[in-house]
Amino acid sequence: MSKMHITTTINGEPTEFLCDPSQSLLDVLRDNLGLTGSKEGCGSGDCGACSITLDDRLVCSCLVLAPEAEGKKIETVEGLAQGEHLHPLQKKFVEFAALQCGICTPGFLVASKALLAKNPNPTETEVRFGLAGNLCRCTGYDKIIRAVMEVAAEMRGAAR
Amino acid sequence: MNDVRYSAPSTLDEASKAMLAANGTGWILAGGTDLLVQMRSGMRKPGVIVDIKKIDEMMTVQDLGGGSYRIGAAVSGAVLGEHKALKKAWPGVIEAINLIGSKQVQGRASAGGNLCNASPAADSGPALVAAGAILAIHGPNGRREIPVEKLHSGPGRTTLAPGEILVSFTLPARPKGSSDAYLRLIPRTEMDIAVVGVGVNLTISGGKCTAARVGLGAVAPTVLLVEDAGKALVGSSLDDAAIEKAAAACRAACKPINDKRGTIEYRTKIAGVLLKRSTAIAIERAKGN
Ligand SMILES: Cc1cc2nc3c(=O)[nH]c(=O)nc-3n(C[C@H](O)[C@H](O)[C@H](O)COP(=O)(O)OP(=O)(O)OC[C@H]3O[C@@H](n4cnc5c(N)ncnc54)[C@H](O)[C@@H]3O)c2cc1C
Ligand code: FES
Ligand code: FES
Repeated sequence: MSKMHITTTINGEPTEFLCDPSQSLLDVLRDNLGLTGSKEGCGSGDCGACSITLDDRLVCSCLVLAPEAEGKKIETVEGLAQGEHLHPLQKKFVEFAALQCGICTPGFLVASKALLAKNPNPTETEVRFGLAGNLCRCTGYDKIIRAVMEVAAEMRGAAR
Repeated sequence: MNDVRYSAPSTLDEASKAMLAANGTGWILAGGTDLLVQMRSGMRKPGVIVDIKKIDEMMTVQDLGGGSYRIGAAVSGAVLGEHKALKKAWPGVIEAINLIGSKQVQGRASAGGNLCNASPAADSGPALVAAGAILAIHGPNGRREIPVEKLHSGPGRTTLAPGEILVSFTLPARPKGSSDAYLRLIPRTEMDIAVVGVGVNLTISGGKCTAARVGLGAVAPTVLLVEDAGKALVGSSLDDAAIEKAAAACRAACKPINDKRGTIEYRTKIAGVLLKRSTAIAIERAKGN
């Protein structure tokens, strides 16, 4: 069966890959490209562990077909840190212990970044609704929500 | 899922031809939030996947004036929710579409996919039926238009012929004093499937209701236009008695099933409750217009 040749941009890097037409983008990221930050929790759009942005839109990569990436701009959790410098969200998740097993963390980070880009001054309710597509079975969510609220406040302070 | 072919044509004719040529094994891909889940579970085994998101007409929102909009069937919920003028003109339609799934799902899910998947509980259905949306359908024999309530023929089934594609839906112009609202009942506050969904669209002029349409979801094999509920409201001052009559019409229209989300009795009762609540919201909004 013939593979498809796809040209795309991932975390700012022009990238090419070969894929099966019905392969999910998540499988290509993890298995073909070695970008294993995005996780598969469910494969059905329910848990958000596979969250990425596709042309700046937050999506579940398990519900995107790999060939759909042609000509698009993809950002994954691997694009958050700048070299050795963690993104403010990553630092705050560590500081607030907003993770235990960590399976959900990449998805929460990508979703939180997308949320703050659209709404730099969210209420707690907005953060809770905004992250309702990300499931965590360990933390009970509170620490995650507080970390995101805190980063939002810090980023607003820095922008002032 | 091995010998699947993927194509992303840029015209409707090519897409329609590709679907016909696939001879029953073709599936349209819009946001994929239903289709990919169904493929993963083995419920769908496409031979050909036709991605329609490269077709301009399916991805654009057009302001036709007077509060009328033509909306491409594959535009995502996230894009529609960010369209301020559209959201102001049709708050009920947009709140219904924006209730679909999480932020991640919204980034992909389209109203066209929601309609064509034909779940009786789909959230956009009741609001679009109440709105009186007209669907444009492109097929091997050209174009046709149908009212949205004529799309579904049963759970998971539509009246689309082989090779036919839903291109857009048009929300009509409305006079001053019009608005709409959609409410659903789910067991939790996010990420669940409606037990009942009610859409109300009405116009108030000189203290009287001059037009009203009610759409009802998740209580029958297809989304319903409850004509008797609209009739009960029109001509009234939207007093309690008229609204109770409309609620009774909704209860009478219910042909629900028992499942883990709700019993027949519960769904029937809630249909009336939600009619009252969504009517109250639509009235408040209409007064502001
Ligand atoms: C986690 C999760 C939560 C969800 N929550 C909700 C919810 O709260 N409420 C709700 O109603 N739904 C919900 N859904 C279901 C789904 O997201 C919606 O039905 C969505 O609107 C489907 O749109 P899509 O563009 O992704 O469709 P797709 O999956 O691309 O398509 C759906 C079906 O319609 C066909 N199709 C699509 N577009 C066309 C067209 N233009 N012409 C002809 N056929 C077409 C496809 O072939 C397919 O059979 C949820 C799904 C997930 C994964
Ligand atoms: S793996 Fe994609 S949402 Fe769970
Ligand atoms: S930390 Fe384990 S699932 Fe969230």
